[in-house]
Amino acid sequence: MNKIRRLLAGFGLLLWGEAHADYALNLTPGVTEISRDIYDLHMLIMWICVAIGVVVYSLIIYSVIHHRKSKGVVPAQFHENTKLEILWTVIPFLILLGMAIPATGVMVKAYDTSGADMTVKVTGYQWKWRYEYLDEGIDFFSSLDAKSNEARQLGASIDPASVPNYLLDVDNPLVVPVNKKIRFLFTGADVIHSWWVPALGWKKDTIPGFVTDAWAKIEKPGVYRGQCAELCGRDHAFMPIVVIAKTNEEYKQWVAEQKAKAETVKAEATKTFTMDELMAKGQEVYNSNCAGCHQVNGEGIPGTFPPIKGSPVATGPKDEHLKVVLKGKGDMMPAFEETLNPVELAAVVTYQRNAFGNDKGDMVQPSEIKSQD
Amino acid sequence: MSSVVATHDEHHDHGPAKGILRWVFTTNHKDIGTLYLTAALIMFLVGGAMALVIRAELFAPGMQFVDPLFFNQMTTLHALIMVFGAVMPAFAGLANWMIPIMIGAPDMALPRLNNWSFWLLPFAFALLASTLFMDGGAPAAGWTLYPPLVLQGGAHLPFAIFSIHLLGISSIMAAINIIVTVFNMRAPGMTLMKMPLFVWTWVITAFLLIAVMPVFAGAVTMLLTDKYFGTSFFNAAGGGDPVLYQHLFWFFGHPEVYIMILPSFGVISTVIPTFARKPLFGYSSMVYATASIAFLSFIVWAHHQFTVGMPLAGELYFTYATMLIAVPTGVKVFNWIATMWKGAMTFETPMLFAIAFVVLFTMGGFTGLMMAISPADLQYHDTYFIVAHFHYVLVPGAVFALFAATYYWLPKWTGHMYDERLGKLHFWLSTISVNLLFFPQHFLGLAGMPRRIPDYATQFAEFNAWSSVGAFVFGFSQLIFVYVIIKAIRGGEIATYEVWEGAQKHGLEWTLPSPPPYHTWTTAPEIR
Amino acid sequence: MQGNVMATKDAYYLPHKASWPIVGSIGLTTLVVGFANYLNGSSIGGTLMVLGAGILIFMLAGWFGAVINESISGLYNQQVDSSFRMGMIWFITSEVFFFGAFFGALYYARIYAVPWLAGEGSFASGATADLWQGFQAIWPTNGPGHVGGEFEPMEAWGVPALNTLILLTSGGTVTWAHWGLLANNRGQLIKGLIATVALGFLFVILQGFEYHEAYTEMGLTLGSGIYGSTFFMLTGFHGLHVTIGAIILTVVLIRSIRGHFSPEHHFAFEAAAWYWHFVDVVWLGLFVFVYWL
Ligand code: HEA
Ligand code: HEA
Ligand code: CUA
Ligand SMILES: [Cu+2]
Repeated sequence: MNKIRRLLAGFGLLLWGEAHADYALNLTPGVTEISRDIYDLHMLIMWICVAIGVVVYSLIIYSVIHHRKSKGVVPAQFHENTKLEILWTVIPFLILLGMAIPATGVMVKAYDTSGADMTVKVTGYQWKWRYEYLDEGIDFFSSLDAKSNEARQLGASIDPASVPNYLLDVDNPLVVPVNKKIRFLFTGADVIHSWWVPALGWKKDTIPGFVTDAWAKIEKPGVYRGQCAELCGRDHAFMPIVVIAKTNEEYKQWVAEQKAKAETVKAEATKTFTMDELMAKGQEVYNSNCAGCHQVNGEGIPGTFPPIKGSPVATGPKDEHLKVVLKGKGDMMPAFEETLNPVELAAVVTYQRNAFGNDKGDMVQPSEIKSQD
Repeated sequence: MSSVVATHDEHHDHGPAKGILRWVFTTNHKDIGTLYLTAALIMFLVGGAMALVIRAELFAPGMQFVDPLFFNQMTTLHALIMVFGAVMPAFAGLANWMIPIMIGAPDMALPRLNNWSFWLLPFAFALLASTLFMDGGAPAAGWTLYPPLVLQGGAHLPFAIFSIHLLGISSIMAAINIIVTVFNMRAPGMTLMKMPLFVWTWVITAFLLIAVMPVFAGAVTMLLTDKYFGTSFFNAAGGGDPVLYQHLFWFFGHPEVYIMILPSFGVISTVIPTFARKPLFGYSSMVYATASIAFLSFIVWAHHQFTVGMPLAGELYFTYATMLIAVPTGVKVFNWIATMWKGAMTFETPMLFAIAFVVLFTMGGFTGLMMAISPADLQYHDTYFIVAHFHYVLVPGAVFALFAATYYWLPKWTGHMYDERLGKLHFWLSTISVNLLFFPQHFLGLAGMPRRIPDYATQFAEFNAWSSVGAFVFGFSQLIFVYVIIKAIRGGEIATYEVWEGAQKHGLEWTLPSPPPYHTWTTAPEIR
Repeated sequence: MQGNVMATKDAYYLPHKASWPIVGSIGLTTLVVGFANYLNGSSIGGTLMVLGAGILIFMLAGWFGAVINESISGLYNQQVDSSFRMGMIWFITSEVFFFGAFFGALYYARIYAVPWLAGEGSFASGATADLWQGFQAIWPTNGPGHVGGEFEPMEAWGVPALNTLILLTSGGTVTWAHWGLLANNRGQLIKGLIATVALGFLFVILQGFEYHEAYTEMGLTLGSGIYGSTFFMLTGFHGLHVTIGAIILTVVLIRSIRGHFSPEHHFAFEAAAWYWHFVDVVWLGLFVFVYWL
């Protein structure tokens, strides 16, 4: 069995120390000024702690070796020494002062979001990210890439090691220019998430109903990966972040492409699709947006997530079905009217009504979505 | 003062009643202590079994055994059970057994209330455990129960919340009892500054409990009304704020971690002098340090929220205040070392655990200090670095202190010496495996592994595998502990009054027979 | 009672059997399981709640009854009395912290959350306001989402002011009753207690009217955003405490009529009085921060 093989491979790894290529022991120095400052601060406090540790542990070891009864020591009876006690109150205090001063400097800098060149608004959803480029009008969602998603299912027979960047890859990465001060605004759509890319040096929680901010000025083009860092429900482990930093020219080009793409999507919203087109597109949308709860086979998880297969909603009137998908329902079912575009919505509803043996035979066209509101 | 009036029994034999009802109706502090300790041990195994589910799933990348939602339930229940079911009741058990004896009191001040404090626990945990069998399962939002996530839960939410209410009532009553006992029941001559440090640390802990458990109860009550009665405490649309919950929770939660560690300090301050054959160094500074830690613990809570977007001033204030805790804690560590210094140490199992405590707790303290530095915590927060931190202070911290205490007093409780060879085996296996279990988690966290995830990127595979192996070795080593206890209850070498050489100098309990009679100090002892 | 168990000055009374606690646990558990089931919409919830409450009342009556019996049969010495007193003081302290959580929520919302939602202060340069266009930080508020719809805030200088007067007076009457007890003047004790209990219930009744008006005429409910939430939770828990306090005082009144208390020995009276003063002080906080400011 594959599972067993994987476990054995794990043991093998342990026994022969056949290390993975890219594992790390320490914090990354990152690619921003702040991340380097934090890295330096981290190293400073760590070495101070190590030094204190060496002193403390040496004393203990010395004492354990030399002050034992089996060596015939007669126990001393001293039990206080005011000078000593003052000393070991004051010295740690001074050491702490020595840490607090640089820490204050870094924190002040990290909080200074003024004078940004551009602003990106990040919204955490269960379980994907939305990026809005406030100056460019670009707006898209970013979720776990399909390969990882397939491999991470319980009982999947895909070896994670064979998936490139397992759990750290997304369908639509965040693309930003280097050497520009980017201000990030954060908010949450449903629950609290936390946006964290270690190479940028910080993480920030996305609080529903509130906006928080942070900034980064990336110095090196490259691909930087991170993950949601605040428990946000079942798929908290599966909402990675990918930031691609490009040179200014490449970034401009990317922006132009995105705008062109947005035009196409707009145009498609008025088109009429065939059943096959809708079903194909719908399956894609379903698997990346609905399958997390309702499962790929549409059977849901009894007691937690209702099935789509044979559900009264998916086999009932079209309008009711659309309403549930667009507006959400209860605590668990999110509203999709903002997260999916009309074509995707039409496709996924069509798919739900016709897959899993629901076989309703009716279609939803993108044009019908608008009339819903 | 106290000679004791015992009434209401038909026959005045002053011994325990017979049968199971003895345990249900008992008002005897030793019986209740035993009940607490037994319950805590069982809960430790249950909470540990859940940890093993977590570690099994995390052994290798990919989803192996459980659904992610179930994994989150395990994380949540593991923590709630360990904190409220294992560590806190275990210390309450020690308090019950030892405090009256240590201060020369005939029993706890409010014996019937004492019974109730214990007998709420099984019901509270039955409520909590019942959620596992409900539609949608147990709470899965972490032990911190943050909204809005926790409000998405199904039928379990009110059960979990009421369970917390019961636990809170139980802890508050126990705390009141301890305070009253210490302030009202000491034998003549047992002045406050003569009390053993274990008693001191517990009174101070009791004050923490009285102050913070009600706040926690209030916070979860707001969760309940937000979910079922339309209130908006944690809902921005209504003018509330999810972060308000975090402030309330951590106003409880931070002192809570000291509730678990202060009595540990007390235990260590008791064990080390006995085996160093020296008086505790700096008794009064120990008392003041404990009080300072307790005081500071009320004003540092938001160091758990450095990434929520507090104003800069808040970040800095909570950084400084938190760092200060290192000073009194350092005083304690240095005092322990000074107590060992030039002593004539022997290394029976309790002493081994105590020394390991000092070493490994300090490790956890160091990482705590690192996380107190708010800019650095922007990286550390919600990673395995934190999981490593708090397990270092909780497992080779609080739990090792409990092991030390158990081995130290087991001969007193049972009248039999425990098996020293097995005790040492338990020690060495535990100490080695606990480091294998938690040390690699520092690296995982620094390298970027978030906490509360059932699956992870492949570069984290190696250390996770080590950690899981450590967990299983550590877990199964605890079965030795269970065996040693059972063996000592059943029989073994008869323990003397003193048990440990020269122990009479280190506490009133060692002037009593082992096991002590059912009622002790019915006339107050003479305090030198 | 056995003859050989008279309290002496230096004898601490230790009961040997406690059967009420387990009854209490069962009652409490039944009550909360019932409540949880009720909240989850299960039909047995209500029944279980009534059953649990019944068991709990039975337990309280039984437990306090036993303690009262022991007390009047002279089993308690001064030290036992001190234990009870200290226990009561720390119990009240824990209650203070319970209210502290809700007061904390109120301050947090007013000083911090609501202004932030309106984009005031230095929080992310006011960007939060973009989420809630046009929202202004004015207290009272039901938030930018107008949760619960239009409502009218509670006016301080009507019934609440009257209620303040009532509670303050009742604080006076209970002290007057205490003086009577200390002076061994039973008439004064009983009259003082009757007045206190009457004022206490009057308070609750007025509060009931106030709630009724809030729900039926002012549109002010538990669901009226953060204002409604803090208003009803604070005043509601306070009202509950007044009710409990008044019931305790009623029991004390009955015991006073039966002559249970002596100038030296009247812990129950004092505990009830302390509790009453605590409830009083909480009300002052409420009046100032919930109704007035
Ligand atoms: C017994 C439990 C316990 C104890 C004792 C501590 C002790 C400390 N903790 Fe820990 N902590 C937890 C349990 C505990 N903690 C838990 C459970 C969490 C996570 C909760 C969750 O999110 O689920 C947590 C999380 C936590 C955080 C939040 C991290 C985050 O989520 O981002 C922080 C941040 O400041 C912190 C700091 C500290 C500090 C400064 C101490 C200090 O008290 C340590 C002081 C000790 C020393 C420093 C060592 C000895 C001193 C010397 C030898 C003197 C000389 C030293 C110097 C001058 C450096 N802890
Ligand atoms: C006092 C508290 C305490 C204690 C003692 C422990 C003990 C352990 N903890 Fe835990 N832990 C927490 C408090 C504690 N923990 C908290 C507060 C969290 C945070 C939760 C959250 O994020 O919300 C946490 C989270 C946590 C995580 C992170 C989970 C996640 O982020 O998803 C992990 C992972 O390794 C872990 C592991 C362990 C292990 C292996 C032990 C081991 O020490 C356990 C050893 C004991 C045993 C293994 C029992 C042995 C018994 C048997 C082998 C027999 C079984 C038989 C029967 C049941 C009859 N704990
Ligand atoms: Cu989103 Cu975790
Ligand atoms: Cu803390």
